[in-house]
Amino acid sequence: MEKIKVKIDNRLVEVEKGTTILEAARKLDVNIPTLCYMNLGDMDIEHRPGGCRICVVEVEGRRNLAPSCATDCHDGMEVKTHSIRVLNARRTVMELMLSDHPFECLTCAKSGKCDLQSMAIKLGIRDIHYQGEKSTYKPDFSPAILRDMDKCIMCRRCEKMCNEVQTVGVLSGIYRGFEAVVAPAFERDLDHSECTYCGQCVAVCPTAALTEVDHTNQVLRALADPAKTVVVQTAPAVRAALGEEFGMEPGTLVTGKMVAALRQLEFDYVFDTDFAADLTIMEEGAEILGRLGKFLAGDKDVKLPVLTSCCPGWVSFFEYHFPDQRDIPSTARSPQQMFGAVAKTWFAEKIKKDRKDMVVVSIMPCVAKKYECTREEFATGGNPDVDYSLSTRELANLIKRANIDFNKLPDEDFDGPMGESTGAGVIFGTTGGVIEAATRSAYEIYTKKPLDKVDFKQLRGMEGIREATVDFNGFPLKIGIAHGLGNARKLLENIRAGKSEFHAIEIMACPGGCIGGGGQPLHHGNSEILKARQKAIYREDSGKPIRKSHENPSIIKLYEEYLGEPLGEKAHQLLHTRYFDRGREIVIEADVKEEQ
Amino acid sequence: MSAIKIKLRENDLQQLKEVCSSFNNEAGELINVLHKAQSIFGYLPAEVQEVIAKELNVSVAKVYGVVTFYSFFTMVPRGRHPISICTGTACYVRGAEKVLDEFKRILKVPVGEATPDGKFSITGLRCVGACGLAPVVLVGDKTYGRVAPDGVKEILKEYEDK
Repeated sequence: MEKIKVKIDNRLVEVEKGTTILEAARKLDVNIPTLCYMNLGDMDIEHRPGGCRICVVEVEGRRNLAPSCATDCHDGMEVKTHSIRVLNARRTVMELMLSDHPFECLTCAKSGKCDLQSMAIKLGIRDIHYQGEKSTYKPDFSPAILRDMDKCIMCRRCEKMCNEVQTVGVLSGIYRGFEAVVAPAFERDLDHSECTYCGQCVAVCPTAALTEVDHTNQVLRALADPAKTVVVQTAPAVRAALGEEFGMEPGTLVTGKMVAALRQLEFDYVFDTDFAADLTIMEEGAEILGRLGKFLAGDKDVKLPVLTSCCPGWVSFFEYHFPDQRDIPSTARSPQQMFGAVAKTWFAEKIKKDRKDMVVVSIMPCVAKKYECTREEFATGGNPDVDYSLSTRELANLIKRANIDFNKLPDEDFDGPMGESTGAGVIFGTTGGVIEAATRSAYEIYTKKPLDKVDFKQLRGMEGIREATVDFNGFPLKIGIAHGLGNARKLLENIRAGKSEFHAIEIMACPGGCIGGGGQPLHHGNSEILKARQKAIYREDSGKPIRKSHENPSIIKLYEEYLGEPLGEKAHQLLHTRYFDRGREIVIEADVKEEQ
Repeated sequence: MSAIKIKLRENDLQQLKEVCSSFNNEAGELINVLHKAQSIFGYLPAEVQEVIAKELNVSVAKVYGVVTFYSFFTMVPRGRHPISICTGTACYVRGAEKVLDEFKRILKVPVGEATPDGKFSITGLRCVGACGLAPVVLVGDKTYGRVAPDGVKEILKEYEDK
C-alpha cells in the first residue's frame, strides 16, 4: 500500500493512501467530533454519509471546509481541526440542527445518552440563533419500537442497519430537503411493514427518534399489586452487559447482583431464562436428531438443515422474506416463550395460583421480544404466557429509579426450580452458543458416549458466517452459523437454491447474537465491548458445575413430573409453535375499477 | 403484521413486468422503470411501486424513497389533460397566482389533484424556460402564453369535447 504524509494540527502522520482525514486524525489521538458517522469496526460496517457536517475541518488550499469522515487524505495535506473557522462552522451546523429539534431534553427517554445532546455540550452551545419551522410527524407506536421522527436528525444510521446490515429493507429516506425523513414505504406504521423488530436501528440511533417501547411502569404496577404473583426471568446476555449501565467495565458478569436487585425490586420469584434455554435444547436437540435419523435412514422427504428458532427477529424475517421455507426452522419456541408457558402451567400448579393472577416479566437484551410476547399463539384465553418484556436498558433504569446501589449489592442465587441452569443455557447469549449447546447434548444422545470436551471452539467467533464439522462418531455433522440478518439471508438463499449442505444452522438476528441485541446498553459502535461480553458469557459457562442441558436436574424433573418426553404431546402443546406466511402477495383483481 | 396484499389487474401486472424485464430487472434501472411506468399509468400508485420493487429485487421503501424524492414522479392520478401553471419568478410577478386561483375556482380542485371525472388536474410548475411568455400555462403538451385570469375559461373551453 502506498504511504502518504499528512499534517494534522501541525503534527505529522503517515497513513495509507485512501485513509480519511478522520481516521488519520484518530491515529494522532485527535478525535474530531462526529455525529452521523458510524463505524462498527470488526463487523465491517462503516457509515459515512457526510451528512451532518459536524466533522468539518479546514484543509490548506481548499476553498470550503471538508467533511473529514468522507474526505481522503492526500500526500502533503495540511489540516486544521480546531481553527476558529472550523469551530464557528460546527457551532452553526449544530445550532441549525437544534433549531429543528424539540427541546424535551428534561423528559426525553434518551437524555444523558443522546449523541446530539452530548455534542451540544461538547460544542458549548448556549444559544440558538436560528428560529424557523419545525418538522413534525405522527408518532408511530408499534409493539416494540417507538418512532418519534420529530427527533430525527437524518444521520441515516438506522437506514444503514435496516437495509445493508440486516437487509430487512423497511426504512428509507423519503422526500427531500426540509421534508426529508426516514420512514417505511408509504409512511406506513412499523406494525404494517415488514419490520422484524430486531432493534438494530434503535441500537444505533443517536437521539430518541427510535426507542424501545417502555413497559417499566406496567411492571411497577404489577409489582405493587398484592393480588399478583410476579415472576421474572433473565436472558443469558443481560448478565454480561447490565454492569455497563452502572459504570462497570464491559465484560463484567453481574449475575448475582442482578438477582439481588430483582429481589429488592420485590419480584416474587427470580428465575432464569437459561433454565428455558436448557429446555429449548431438549426439544430442539430432539428435533435435530429426529430429522437427522430419518435422513440417515433414507427418508428423502425430510427437511434439512434444521434452523434454530430462538430469535424472534429471525422468525419474523423468514416469515416475511422466506415464507416458502418456513417448514425448515425448528418448531421449538424461544426460551422466553417456553419459560412463560411452563411458568403459567407447571409452576402455577406448584404454587397453586391461577394463571390470571400471575405476571411473567422477562428481562431481555432484545427489542423483538416485546413483540414476540404479544403474538396471539403465545396466549391462553387472551392471557399471554409472558406479560411484559423489559430490555437490559429498561432494567437498569428501573434499578436506578428504585435507588438501589447496584455496585454494592451482594451476589445472590436464583430461586428454584426455574432458576437452575447449565453452562449450555448461558451460551445462548452469543452467536454460536445455541448450536454449541445443542451439539453438546445431541452428541451424547446420538453417540451414547459421554462427551470429554464440552467446548466446541470451532463454533465460536465473530465472523458473520461460520461453518464447522463436528464428528458424531464417524458421522460428520455439518453446522452453519450466521448472525446479522443479512448473513442469514445468504444462507437462506443457498437453502432455497438447494445448494446448502448443512445439517443444522444457528441464526441470530443481531450482529454478535444477543450480546449485541437491540435492547442492550449502547455500544456506540465499539466492537471491543461486544467481544468482552462474549468472553464473559463463555466464562460464566465454564464456571458452571453442569454444562449440558440434558443434565439439568430441574429440567429432568420437569419432564418426569409434567411434560413426559421431548416432542411428546404435552411438550408439543406448550413448547412448540407454528409459523405463518407473511410474504407480500400479488392478487389479480377483476376489472373492478372499470365497472365502477 | 399479516401479509400485505397488492391488488392489480392482470393486464396492468403484465405490462409492468414487461417494463421491468425490458430493463433486465436491474435495480440500477429503477428510475428509468419508474419513468416508463408513469408514462403508462399516468401516476405511480402504491401497487405499482410494490410490483416494481419485487421485480427489481429492491425494497419497497427504497422505491418509495425515489418516488418521493423526484418531483417528476407522482402518486396522485393526473387528469387526461394535466394543467401546469408556471409559478417561477417571472410568471409569478406577472400574476401566475391569480391564474392558478382561477383554475382552482372553476375546476373546484386543489393543486396536485384531478377533477372527479378525471378530465383535468392542476399542478404547479417552476419555470419552463419561456419567461418571455409569462405567465405560462401548459395543458398536456400545449403551451399558452401571457394568460390572464379571464382567459382561463377560454382555455378550458378548447377541451370541452375532448
